[in-house]
Amino acid sequence: MSDGQHHILSVLVENKFGVLARVAGLFSRRGYNIYSLAVSPTEDDRFSRMTVVVDAESAPLEQVTKQLNKLIPVIKITELSAGEAVERELMLATVKVGAESRSQVTELASIFEAKILDVGYDAMTLMVAGTPAKLDAISDLLRPYGIAELQRTGRIALPKLAREPMKKLRAVRNKTA
Amino acid sequence: MKLTGAQALIKSLEMEGTEVMFGLPGGAILPVYDPLIDSSIRHILVRHEQGAGHMAEGYAHATGRPGVAMVTSGPGATNIVTPMCDAYMDSIPIVVVTGQVPYAAIGTDAFQECDTTGISMPVTKHNWLITDAQEVPRVIREAFHVATTGRPGPVLVDMPKDISNATMDWYWPDGVDLPGYKPSTKGHLKQIKDAARLMGEAKRPVIYAGGGILKARAAEVLRELAELTGIHVVTTLMARGSFPDDHPLCLGMPGMHGNYTAVTSMQRCDLLIALGSRFDDRVTGKVGTFAPDAKVIHVDVDPAELGKVRRPDVPIVGDCRLVIEELVKAVKADRAKREWPSLEEWDRQIDQWRAEFPLKYDQHEDGPLKPQFCIEALRDNTPDDTIVVAGVGQHQMWTSQLWRFNHPYTWVNSGGLGTMGFAVPASIGAKVGKPERMVWAVDGDGCFQMTAQELVTASAERIPVKIAILNNAYLGMVRQWQELFYEERYSEVYLSPDLPDYVKWAEAMGCVGLRAETPEDVVPTIEKANEVDDRPVVIDFRVDYREKVYPMVPAGGSNDDIILGPEFDKEGGR
Repeated sequence: MSDGQHHILSVLVENKFGVLARVAGLFSRRGYNIYSLAVSPTEDDRFSRMTVVVDAESAPLEQVTKQLNKLIPVIKITELSAGEAVERELMLATVKVGAESRSQVTELASIFEAKILDVGYDAMTLMVAGTPAKLDAISDLLRPYGIAELQRTGRIALPKLAREPMKKLRAVRNKTA
Repeated sequence: MKLTGAQALIKSLEMEGTEVMFGLPGGAILPVYDPLIDSSIRHILVRHEQGAGHMAEGYAHATGRPGVAMVTSGPGATNIVTPMCDAYMDSIPIVVVTGQVPYAAIGTDAFQECDTTGISMPVTKHNWLITDAQEVPRVIREAFHVATTGRPGPVLVDMPKDISNATMDWYWPDGVDLPGYKPSTKGHLKQIKDAARLMGEAKRPVIYAGGGILKARAAEVLRELAELTGIHVVTTLMARGSFPDDHPLCLGMPGMHGNYTAVTSMQRCDLLIALGSRFDDRVTGKVGTFAPDAKVIHVDVDPAELGKVRRPDVPIVGDCRLVIEELVKAVKADRAKREWPSLEEWDRQIDQWRAEFPLKYDQHEDGPLKPQFCIEALRDNTPDDTIVVAGVGQHQMWTSQLWRFNHPYTWVNSGGLGTMGFAVPASIGAKVGKPERMVWAVDGDGCFQMTAQELVTASAERIPVKIAILNNAYLGMVRQWQELFYEERYSEVYLSPDLPDYVKWAEAMGCVGLRAETPEDVVPTIEKANEVDDRPVVIDFRVDYREKVYPMVPAGGSNDDIILGPEFDKEGGR
């Protein structure tokens, strides 16, 4: 989501201890605000991928990527803008429910394709995955019932795949033709 | 061959060509000090770890080779944080080795434990915590590579005690494998061509040379570029000496205390050719009003500097020497195709500023002694290739303004961080690196008191540095600001001229101590100091505390509002 308020950076880093501290330290030292951050190893366990959502107002994107690039364990940075990425986020929410609201919350859950993970005496825990906007929507709708606890993972994202051959390649082909 | 981690560390430092290191042992680094006895490396035992760091910096400044410092864990490591930060700001290659508590004890609040890699992370280019003795040669190789390539800077290697004692199979890596570190040094040829084209259109160009010229060993090719194009050069505080001050195209230092011509030529130019400089706030003044009519060519090896402060019209990522070499070719090619505009009018304007607004001070025959007079006397009574080191404050600005730097690597100072106490240890490091050269530190009385104990190191190690204290009994620069901007309300700036007694203190530290109180004392005292070559010398110059550094651009103000000072007010000038 490059909605003007946030930039999403997908940062490939060496999977070594202390790398998260280096990235986080750089952000705080340069005065950039991290909106959300998700980290996990990639398919190649020598590397991890960080999806960093940065508050755009606190940081000119170019400086953020240039400064990040100076960190030695940072291998590659990709900026993922709205149209060019698929992004998802996971949310767990514990909602207070009474006898009559239980079915309403269950109904909301089914509309949003949320899963009910746990049901208690006066509350239930839902899990929902989707775009950040979808999570915003369901949390807004759940709020009137009373949200006891809520946890979001922060978004993860990957670039969208090409639907046609890359232009550059076509150009090369044209040249040889 | 089986070695201990400690032996591997010392051997790796030798493999990297380390001839000298500065340090102070302690518990966690003890195992590494043992094989040092059998090593070819000269170790200089400092009196405080901060001294070790600044000596390593002074050594690196003067020689271009990385300075090496070694200290223990905990307080040893925290004491060297200031020099690392200083080196980080000024892009000085130093390698710091710290001892650490045994690996298993990390995180337990063990005796003399601190999170050294955590603390040093924001003030180093990179750091390493060694977790296995087998890693030692690889890490040291990487550390030197990172410190000295791309934009140079400090690195730190943290060595747990048990790993120093563990055994490993010795090897020496062929090279380094750092997939995330590939500094680009060759500039983009198209961009370089564009730069030449802009230069060929400019009517009022100025070259803004920064510390990157010196780091890239680009002084010669800078001179070639300037002479080829006839473009004047300003040399920033970090670049003094990168272009000879006696060259007709040299404008000297720009910035907050730069001379009028350097500051104003940048303000009025239509093309600013920034080479290895970073648009520091002390140079630009208020950024929005800095060089308002100028197009900007910006060459820097660190891509993050391009566009950080001022958006360049032509950004070029690359090593200054390689880029300028290509730029010279591109300029020649461009000139072969078309005629470049004459710079005659601009040159005349610059000459007029130079004649009208030179640096000025007034030394009366019968005193009080002016600090500027002492610096000029020192300049005129020392060899041309003397290495000059300064602390931070008024004395630093006067020295940078008034010295004539005609050779690169003759000026060593703390620019970005502004570290008081830099001069004494940095001069020792410079003298160790260049023993054949005369090394003079110009220091303030406030600065001197911060690190003077390192003169004990210098005496013990027979390192004959010379220190000129401009003793005005004040934290002079702070006093200047309080006088000008805080209605002469002097808060906590008085130091006393004779507490301590600098001559006695110098003698107690094994140095020759001298004092000069009147203008006629100055030259004979300097001559006496120059004759001493078996131990350090300290001169206590008792100078006028009222003297202020001019010109001055008030902090946050525009460079257009430069204040020339009382010498010009007298004549009814600005």
